[in-house]
Amino acid sequence: MIFDFFRNTAGAVRAINQKYAKPHIKMTRGVRFSFGALRFYLLLLVGIMVYKFITLLH
Amino acid sequence: MNILSKFYYRYRKLLKTIRLYLIIAGPGIIVMVADNDAGGITTYTATGAQYSFHLIWFLILLGPVAYYVQEMTVRLGAVTKRGHAEAIFHSFGAFWGWFSLLDLVLLDWLTMITEFIGMTAAMSIFGVPPIVTVIISWIVMGTMVLQGRYWTWEKVALVFCGLNLIYIPAAIMINPPVDKILHGFIPHLPPGGFTNALFFLLMANIGTTIAPWMIFFQQSAVVDKGMQEKDMLWGKIDTAVGSFLTVVVAIGCIVLTATLLPGQIINDDAEAARRFMPINRHVGALLAIGLFDAGFLGAICISLASSWAFGEVFGWAHSLNHKVKEAPWFYAYYFFDLLLAGTVVLIPRAPLVLITLFVQVIAVTLLPAALVFLILLLNNEETMGEYKNTLFQNVANIGIVVVIIVISTLYGISAIFPKILGG
Repeated sequence: MIFDFFRNTAGAVRAINQKYAKPHIKMTRGVRFSFGALRFYLLLLVGIMVYKFITLLH
Repeated sequence: MNILSKFYYRYRKLLKTIRLYLIIAGPGIIVMVADNDAGGITTYTATGAQYSFHLIWFLILLGPVAYYVQEMTVRLGAVTKRGHAEAIFHSFGAFWGWFSLLDLVLLDWLTMITEFIGMTAAMSIFGVPPIVTVIISWIVMGTMVLQGRYWTWEKVALVFCGLNLIYIPAAIMINPPVDKILHGFIPHLPPGGFTNALFFLLMANIGTTIAPWMIFFQQSAVVDKGMQEKDMLWGKIDTAVGSFLTVVVAIGCIVLTATLLPGQIINDDAEAARRFMPINRHVGALLAIGLFDAGFLGAICISLASSWAFGEVFGWAHSLNHKVKEAPWFYAYYFFDLLLAGTVVLIPRAPLVLITLFVQVIAVTLLPAALVFLILLLNNEETMGEYKNTLFQNVANIGIVVVIIVISTLYGISAIFPKILGG
């Protein structure tokens, strides 16, 4: 039963990935800039968290 | 006779308008009042105790900020008929969709734990053991959704929103100094100037004003309620009324602690209520009831925000208008979320302080993304048509979003590195 649950969930996730494979928003300069800024921001944040984790370990 | 008939006509018209508003009112008031959740109430009481009436003006400024952000969700929901999670998947693709959904689920779950901490702490003032508080809360929260009508859920939630206003009579009961309150309405810095401690508290207040779950919740609620473009004005009024109430409650909390606990440091949810008990038993009791209600409102809205988001993305039936049999996964997730959050609070020596810290950190990863997506979606002419952001709305909203992102990021980083602000 648990195996079925995970198999069904994985199937559902695959279907969602297919359904939303391509963004529907028009890729204007503003949208591209926002995505770039967001990626940079999140990478910076991950970097800060990794730094904190390493300093905690030491 | 003519004057009388005119008066009667206007009276009937007003009555009709109020009746229409009461039918449409709901998502805006609920999301805004629920924003004054356990964490929010703690922040406001700490602000009043530490900085007296000096920061009332700052909280007034936060009302329009919350309104401008939440108003966008009303337009988006009413026009696209999609919840926020589905809108992100559809417009930005699976990567950003999963990022938002999984971040939301984790953040909501952690925030719900803090709501249960608030509820159990509040009821412990009356000698109610945490396990009893959690079980009774589960039963009430379950009963609210199981009747199978969005309308009923909303009206019961509005009753709990009314209970959140308990801070206002409590503030009046203690005869606060009116001249000092009025002085607090004028923008100024507290004595001692701009310190790190003040900056941290200002950041905390902004952090409690807009939370990611609020964006997801209101948009989904607007869709579940079936609001149309023609109802948008009422939805905006509803949101404006809600933002007004949230500010009034925040001022009530500040007045209470600024009057009775000046200069004291409030560290946890129920500390203010506990300290009030020996000073004024009735006010202490009202504060404890208010805190329980704040946690309860937060928990019911946050768990619904997650359930709606999952339902939208996975294609489950996901409306409160459905019976359990019709939407089993939607309700299963709702209860799973509540049970998991409530159970964590009951675990002896659970790292509750660490969880509260985590909420601030995770919120920093999701909030900027959710706000940026919101602005982009509101500028998409293909879906929004005539309801897309105007130039003025863009200037105001982008300004607000940039400030919120900067401040909440600083708040999150200061939670990771507490000494960064010299604290």
